[in-house]
Amino acid sequence: MRHEAILLAPLCASLLVALGCRVLPRMLAHGLPIAAVGASALLSTWALADQIGGQPVAVKLFDWLSLGGLELSFGLLIDRLSALMMCVVTWVSLAVHVYTVRYMRDDPGYARFFALISFFTAAMLLLVMADNFMQLFVGWEAVGLASYLLIGFWFKRPSANFASLKAFLVNRIGDLGLLLGIGLIAGAAGTLDYAEVFAGAGPLAAREVMVWPGISWPALDLGCVLLFVGAMGKSAQMPLHIWLPDSMEGPTPISALIHAATMVTAGVFMAARMSPLFEHSPLALSMVLAVGATTALATGLVAMVQQDIKRVVAWSTLSQLGYMMAGIGVSAYSVAIYHLFTHAFFKALLFLAAGAVIVALHHQQDIRRMGGLCRRMPITYATALVGGLALAGVPGTAGFFSKDALITAVSRADGPLGAYAGWCLLLGVAVTAFYTARLLLIVFHGEPQEQALSSASAGSSRSSSGSAGPASLEPVGAWMLAPLVFLAVPSLLIGWFTFSPVVLGDYFGGSIVNLPGGSPGGGNLSQGTLDFFVHGLYSPVFLLALLGGAAAWALYIWRPRWRERAGSVLRWPVRTLTLGYGFDMFVERAVIPATRGMARGAAEQADSRFIDGLLVNGLARAVRWGSGAMRRLQTGLLYHYAFVMVTAICLLIAWVVLVLD
Amino acid sequence: MPDSGLLSVIIWLPVLAGLLIAGLARSAAAARWACLGVSLLQWIPGAMLWRAFLPDGGYQFVERHPWIERFNVEYYLGVDGIALALILLTLLLTPAAVAAGWRAIDRRTGLYYGALLIQQGLMLGVFCSLDSLLFYVFWEFMLAPMFLIIGVWGGERRIYATVKFFLFTFLGSVFMLVALVYLYLKSGSYAIPDLHSQPLSLREQQWLFFGFLAAFAVKVPMWPVHTWLPDAHVEAPTGGSVILAAILLKMGGFGLLRFGLPVTPDAAAQFAPLVVGLSLVAIVYIALVALAQRDLKKLIAYSSVAHMGFVTLGMFIPLAGAGAGDEALLALGMGGGMLQMISHGFISAALFMCVGVLYDRAHTRQIGDFGGVANTMPIFAVLLVLFALANAGLPGTSGFIGEFLVILAAFRAEPLVALGAGTILILGAAYSLYMIKRVVFGEVANDKVAALKDLDLRELAALGSMALLVVALGLYPDPLVELMEPSLDALARQVVAGKAGAL
Repeated sequence: MRHEAILLAPLCASLLVALGCRVLPRMLAHGLPIAAVGASALLSTWALADQIGGQPVAVKLFDWLSLGGLELSFGLLIDRLSALMMCVVTWVSLAVHVYTVRYMRDDPGYARFFALISFFTAAMLLLVMADNFMQLFVGWEAVGLASYLLIGFWFKRPSANFASLKAFLVNRIGDLGLLLGIGLIAGAAGTLDYAEVFAGAGPLAAREVMVWPGISWPALDLGCVLLFVGAMGKSAQMPLHIWLPDSMEGPTPISALIHAATMVTAGVFMAARMSPLFEHSPLALSMVLAVGATTALATGLVAMVQQDIKRVVAWSTLSQLGYMMAGIGVSAYSVAIYHLFTHAFFKALLFLAAGAVIVALHHQQDIRRMGGLCRRMPITYATALVGGLALAGVPGTAGFFSKDALITAVSRADGPLGAYAGWCLLLGVAVTAFYTARLLLIVFHGEPQEQALSSASAGSSRSSSGSAGPASLEPVGAWMLAPLVFLAVPSLLIGWFTFSPVVLGDYFGGSIVNLPGGSPGGGNLSQGTLDFFVHGLYSPVFLLALLGGAAAWALYIWRPRWRERAGSVLRWPVRTLTLGYGFDMFVERAVIPATRGMARGAAEQADSRFIDGLLVNGLARAVRWGSGAMRRLQTGLLYHYAFVMVTAICLLIAWVVLVLD
Repeated sequence: MPDSGLLSVIIWLPVLAGLLIAGLARSAAAARWACLGVSLLQWIPGAMLWRAFLPDGGYQFVERHPWIERFNVEYYLGVDGIALALILLTLLLTPAAVAAGWRAIDRRTGLYYGALLIQQGLMLGVFCSLDSLLFYVFWEFMLAPMFLIIGVWGGERRIYATVKFFLFTFLGSVFMLVALVYLYLKSGSYAIPDLHSQPLSLREQQWLFFGFLAAFAVKVPMWPVHTWLPDAHVEAPTGGSVILAAILLKMGGFGLLRFGLPVTPDAAAQFAPLVVGLSLVAIVYIALVALAQRDLKKLIAYSSVAHMGFVTLGMFIPLAGAGAGDEALLALGMGGGMLQMISHGFISAALFMCVGVLYDRAHTRQIGDFGGVANTMPIFAVLLVLFALANAGLPGTSGFIGEFLVILAAFRAEPLVALGAGTILILGAAYSLYMIKRVVFGEVANDKVAALKDLDLRELAALGSMALLVVALGLYPDPLVELMEPSLDALARQVVAGKAGAL
């Protein structure tokens, strides 16, 4: 029962708050969800503790339907992989719930917001705890729904409505891949149950699927590629990444929870969950590696030039998701999940810190209007600094352990693709350090650059009309600061406790499969935690990070002049990055008009003019011109019709009976 | 309990009540309440049917009496799981259709509500008939009340719409009549079970199949004989649209399962690629057409055509591709098609009722006339968003199940067809949520929207119960599937066995 409660508690809280959103007092509107998610977090931790040294738990919930030999049901699978993920989801969610109390204090949609984030938590748990592909898809779509509704939470703003629709539709492209992958597995394996499918992965790998008469592909190659297309949508891998930066239109707490810590990592989680299948498909793994590594570097570069505080962090999230995917691509599933785990804490922390800054500056999001906040917001500064150090991978922080392990694992991959991926990730380290340092330096050190803004338009979509004078900081209060501190602790320290069992040891046990003879994955990375740390201090990776950070310091603090020089020399590269390589432009100028044109053409030309105008009404006209008797038909007198019809039936019956008999 | 007369009750009670209301009702209120009362009263025999039904794959509650002995026509009723599922759908939806016209119908109310009840009885007659000529009689008479509803209480172009509606469906069904008469001459019986077991050569089956397809394709409606539907919907009053979309369209799919597949199985398999192709066109192309619509009702009507494409796709794709001859696959596809029909019944009814709610207040259905409705009608907005998402096939709502099962079946048969059908995931979401973006979200667009009042109790009850049904079916479809499964399995066995070999 306690396992079901993990899922049901936030779901019930969400339903209660949603139904009572007009009558519930504020205390209950946030109290119920916080209590429910807190309970869920404690129970998840209990389940995790059980898993260490215990056996996976399977809980059957109910039969959904069975038809044509296919039996579909809902159930929970709690093993070491899902238990870890459940803890990440519930604890980060709890922090975000608490933070929201202050962040959304003055919003008229207060209760609605709590109902939605609790619903999201339940949906994410449904996805994570799924024991079959159908339930995975249900959870997958349910978190997508929550994301859609929360991005468009401020539904009066056109930009939010556009962003939410974009997110839903781009995700649906990925979902199509996932659905087809599930269709392939249902067809080839005859079941959608994880345990049965994984147990039969070997025979499945030998099967082929005919995609076109005469053309067959190995079932698992096609299946894993399709599943990965699903992961590309949800985990925002290029080129399906375009929805994530726009999703920043949503309130900041959900950017932290959904679009950084949990939902966007669902693709990584799914791929790790499917490791028994992916291990049989080197083709799919190569694709994962190529896409992940490209995303890691390319989106990190874009983060270097963003001017909106949330968008810097959003592009950084894209880059980190690329890192995780690259890890999956070299079969280092456990390391990828470990990076997911640490990233959830420090990235949620960075978003929540950004939210604190935004609130303090009266909803100012443009970093060019920020500066010198380190003394005025010391706690926010300290925690953001922790998050930044972890993001940049400074040795000792949680981010260091996971990211260095990832880079080491990827650097062992062989072949040209392996070398390409290794370089992408390595360069990405310098890039990460640069944009992180740039963000922290501009916001918390430096002076506001408002004079530079006189000509440039504000990049922020929600810039307030009055400039945020340094004298008027809005107090953020304990409700917002406590979650920052709460998240800063694991961001700084958790690597020391978890690195050894999760990455070096065999924490995941049977929940992640590495085929012998496959790529080395995450095995044998180091002798021990301390050894890994000491080694990290002297590694070229750290040197690159230092270089990146130093470059940011030079350009933004030490010699701002150099920045202008660099900007004019590198005008075109910077412009390309500012435009995000033109993906959005392509969608807005080519894809949308083309779709609209096709829709118009189909509706106005083909359907109205051709089928209806020419064929249907044309036939009627032809009949009218052709026959004098028929002309009466068009008099509009309905009973004439009826009369003709009845006569026609009678004649027809008579003909059939007389002639055929 | 065989021969309990329950089916006769369920058919003739609303017909008689409808005639009485049409003839006797003196006031609008009396007609409304009487109609609502009868449509709710019908739930009692409906519940009795459901409780007493044993899902064993055969026909139950059989009533069989001679009718026109000279031609061996019988009054022969009985239901299997497939028919019963659609009967329950009809019974559940009729009160909602009654509620939808509560205020909007203000003249000749007695006639309107009478027609609505008669319509229900005749539709139930179609589902219950086991004699093909009786089926045909119900099938044709069923047009009359709808013809009246659109023709008398419809919009400006109602004459054009009714004539088109009538001509299309009538022309189609004449071919079915010819096929039925031919079968009678061949077998000496009109009884549907006899037709199922009647051996036929492939050549005969081909002609007969096209006779059936002509009748049922128009009703489904399949591309390219769908153009009557948007016109009929746009002109129909809300209640008429509800009945039309939610139940009348299901006649086509039901007919294919009753006649097209089991009577002419070999021809159905032979022409399956054709039907699959037309279904794919309906899904992809009509979804694009829906995206371009400016009138809410037209958008939903086109969306109906696209969704019904899944019904025909599910029934025929298992016969077309690599999976031909696989009974389980056919049961899966047909089951997916059935679930899609039932789900579409609830969702399209709810969406048309939502449009009715807006039209009653603002007297316009143009998407461009709205914007920011969520500000003035928050409860309505929540429900409309729910139904739009269900229409886009969101898991947890009924809209997901049928599409999911049909795509699974399609992938097993022909992966590329699954890819084509799967585009509904994107296009369906596009037209549904783009509509939501323009109608529901944003700032209050104009004075009309500013003056909108949220749902009253009647509307909330009708739409709320639809919402509960959509979610309940989406979360727990098992009881419904268990009801239908033995019949689907039996039908699949029959179709896969074929009958040309018997000659």
